[in-house]
Amino acid sequence: MKFGVVMFPGSNCDRDTFHVLKDVLGRDTVFLWHKDHDLRGVDTVVLPGGFSYGDYLRSGAIARFSPLMQEVRAFAHRGGHVLGICNGFQILLELGLLPGAMLRNKGLKFLCEFVHIRVENARTDFTRAATKGRVLRIPIAHFDGNYYAPEGVYAGLLRTNRVVFRYSDADGRIAADANVNGSMGSIAGIINDGGNVLGLMPHPERASESLLGSEDGRVIFESLIASRIAGKRLKK
Amino acid sequence: MDDKIIKDHGLTPGEYGDIVRLIGKQPNLTELGIFSVMWSEHCGYKSSRVYLKGLPTKGKHVIQGPGENAGILDIGDGLAVVFKIESHNHPSFIEPYQGAATGVGGILRDIFTMGARPIAVMDSLRFGPLDDPLNRSVMEGVVSGIAGYGNSIGIPTVGGEIQFDPGYSLNPLVNVFALGLAEKDRIFYARAEGAGNPVLYVGAKTGRDGIHGATMASAEFGKDTEHKRPNVQVGDPFKEKLLLEACLEVMATDMIVGIQDMGAAGLTCSTTEMAAKAGSGMDVDLDLVPQREEGMTPYEILLSESQERMLICAKKDRVKEVQAIFARWDLDAVIIGHVTDGGRLKVRFKGAEVVDIPVDAVVNLCPTYRRPVKAPAYLRKVAKLPEIPVPDDFGAAFLEVIASPSVADKEWIFRQYDHMIQINTAFLPGADAAVLRIKGSRRALAMTLDGNSLYAYLDPRAGGKIAVAEACRNLACVGARPIGVTNCLNFGNPEKPEVMWQFKEAVAGLSEACEAFEIPVTGGNVSLYNDTEGASIHPTPVLGVVGLIEDIGKAVRPGFRSNGDVVILLGENRDELGGSEYLKVMFGLQQGVPPAIDLARERAVHELCLEAAGLGLLRSAHDISDGGLAVCLAESAFLGDRKPGCSIDLGDRIRPDALLFGETQSRIVVTASPRRAAGLLSLAKKRKVRASRIGRVGGADIVVRVRRREVLRVPVATAFKSWKESIPSRYKIKG
Repeated sequence: MKFGVVMFPGSNCDRDTFHVLKDVLGRDTVFLWHKDHDLRGVDTVVLPGGFSYGDYLRSGAIARFSPLMQEVRAFAHRGGHVLGICNGFQILLELGLLPGAMLRNKGLKFLCEFVHIRVENARTDFTRAATKGRVLRIPIAHFDGNYYAPEGVYAGLLRTNRVVFRYSDADGRIAADANVNGSMGSIAGIINDGGNVLGLMPHPERASESLLGSEDGRVIFESLIASRIAGKRLKK
Repeated sequence: MDDKIIKDHGLTPGEYGDIVRLIGKQPNLTELGIFSVMWSEHCGYKSSRVYLKGLPTKGKHVIQGPGENAGILDIGDGLAVVFKIESHNHPSFIEPYQGAATGVGGILRDIFTMGARPIAVMDSLRFGPLDDPLNRSVMEGVVSGIAGYGNSIGIPTVGGEIQFDPGYSLNPLVNVFALGLAEKDRIFYARAEGAGNPVLYVGAKTGRDGIHGATMASAEFGKDTEHKRPNVQVGDPFKEKLLLEACLEVMATDMIVGIQDMGAAGLTCSTTEMAAKAGSGMDVDLDLVPQREEGMTPYEILLSESQERMLICAKKDRVKEVQAIFARWDLDAVIIGHVTDGGRLKVRFKGAEVVDIPVDAVVNLCPTYRRPVKAPAYLRKVAKLPEIPVPDDFGAAFLEVIASPSVADKEWIFRQYDHMIQINTAFLPGADAAVLRIKGSRRALAMTLDGNSLYAYLDPRAGGKIAVAEACRNLACVGARPIGVTNCLNFGNPEKPEVMWQFKEAVAGLSEACEAFEIPVTGGNVSLYNDTEGASIHPTPVLGVVGLIEDIGKAVRPGFRSNGDVVILLGENRDELGGSEYLKVMFGLQQGVPPAIDLARERAVHELCLEAAGLGLLRSAHDISDGGLAVCLAESAFLGDRKPGCSIDLGDRIRPDALLFGETQSRIVVTASPRRAAGLLSLAKKRKVRASRIGRVGGADIVVRVRRREVLRVPVATAFKSWKESIPSRYKIKG
């Protein structure tokens, strides 16, 4: 099982994500450089948080054009696992691998804080180690995390059970004041039709060591690892 | 040269005479411009140097003291911390967002130019009262600017401090601290050595922005401040992120000799300093400098303060490799000159020589002044307090003090900063000190910024001492031992004898306290001329102290933990109200004698707290500072996970207002489990530090009784609401 963490110019959670995958979870992990066309044989591509290319236009709008992303798009279409965290989620939206768009947070401020998200669908490769309804305590850090999709698209997400995480309170209640950035339907993370591309705004890599206040984020990485192992067994 | 031109460059006739004597000719305009910035107060420290020399700078951890881009301390395990604080006051008033943003960008370059990866930023901010819409917009701009830069480049803003006073309405203070981690044997200095070695310009292109920024920072503001907006630089955190990564990549090899960032005075400062520090000279061709505007003069190119640029002296045979690394990060890395022997800076432009001066004169021979000093007349007036009535209702006073913006919750500010990126932040903002783990180690770093300008106004020497004492106390509370200091000294116009007296006194206080705590000063920054329309700010010395925790598992948090825990006061209460937040908030008084400070007693309290933390005796620890014991208890309640109340019984024969709100120094409120309390008290006895059991954690209220009479009972929930909503409510749009 090999993870690849993409480095765009302006990525700034790349080293954090690498640290968790490699040093905390002990998995083979490599960096992938934005100018390359080589995915270096990884099983899962992680698009980390940051301000790719400065994000002076729309968040993620430039990153989608980078050479490496053409490979990532093909990889995703082949069924490869792609996890987009924060800016990575924004890039997946710009790339069209996930539907919808991000608006500025309600309140028009950058927000960095621990929030709670509820697992809405535990039958994905990214959440299978969790249970439906489990509440995870994970930090957010973004300016543009207010998820929006046209009504029809939103209805489609609901119908196909593709909303994977929602902002909630500590007890798992979905409420307006727990929806920190004003996202449509309190959406914190969604998955694609094929179930192999997930984007979420909270940072699981910041909640993977007890010293930092929470280990709840690990369940996402551990699910991916478990999925891989299960997948291999299936193939055999 | 025309007298008016000399004056416009902020130079006196005497200084001009010095220049002519030192360079052996009349300077041309470009050369005059170079001296003007390098001999400005901001770069030359000409008024402050005689006093700064008295600060202790030696210690067992010190690798690099003052005089480089930043100070360096050895923290063991082959690692070093590189840290410094710098002011960006003047630009932040003219253009709050960019002023603050480039303040962050500038200090970060000071850190990574030495080979360290920046891992933390903190800010010390001062604004006028938030009731004034102008002050609100300045604060909002500054906070957004810090966030905009720090969040994008990916360095966490982990803490800081902020206070409000009318004196800062037209002269806010923005002091930015940054700290980086380096391998001890991979530290780089600003040196251009080895004749023939190429000098590379890397990073952003040069424009006309920020010309004479350093000179601007060395003059008072008048009514024409608006016109100075073009002097403020514009930051590009994305460019700096690339620069940071590329520089660190280059510095991981042995391709370069030395490196210096271009901050104040831009290309002028970096070329002359790098040459002067190595005893070399430099030839530079300005036609090779990447420019983003056409028609720039040599004067403009040399004095531009465009951001995100560095100067590198590379090894002759490694230039191509250096350039390849920068190209990978899509950055310019252009040879603009080379190192020479002979100690002169020679600059060519369109084929002609436009500058030829000795670098030593520019960098090392700036005149220093022992300016006249005089104790200000106001001191006698403010020392005496009028009769202070004891209020009937302490509850109302308490709610008002905790809602004072200087005391109130700062979440509105720090949630705009990414304070968790790099995943080292073990204590979130709001604790006595920021605590960062060191990956792969049990040890942790703690850091804090402190300064109380009201104390410093009432008694600058006491203000200086207390700033150090409080910073070290904050570190003791989290279980960290202080190892080094950086300071930012914000004062008014040094040509006023009263301001210079404040400066001299404050530095003497700092010096004495740093000696007492055995912590070296490794550098810092002086910001003078903080005057607008003739009025000086309160003297504002700000201290940044870095500490070490041997075992992060033993770090102590400020919040109350469990019902039934015993509340113990380390130190003793005294009848002191002078200079308190209480008098300021309730009576509008900035008067009285600031609390007395006995440095030996202070240190004994810290040592006790540190030993108790190391032995695992403490459930929580929080120091008593602004707002006194009552505020300390309230904050301890708010910062607890379940926000428990407490019940406190005090026996002191002191006015109850002084007991609740007085700011007597050398006090820490700790809690211990009932099983550990006796052990803690006997440890205190052994160490001859006063420690008293004053109550218990529990209940839904904060209750204080003085000699069995209840003087305060406020539900934690009510107090929390006042504290929490104070700052956000000032930014709510009223319908």
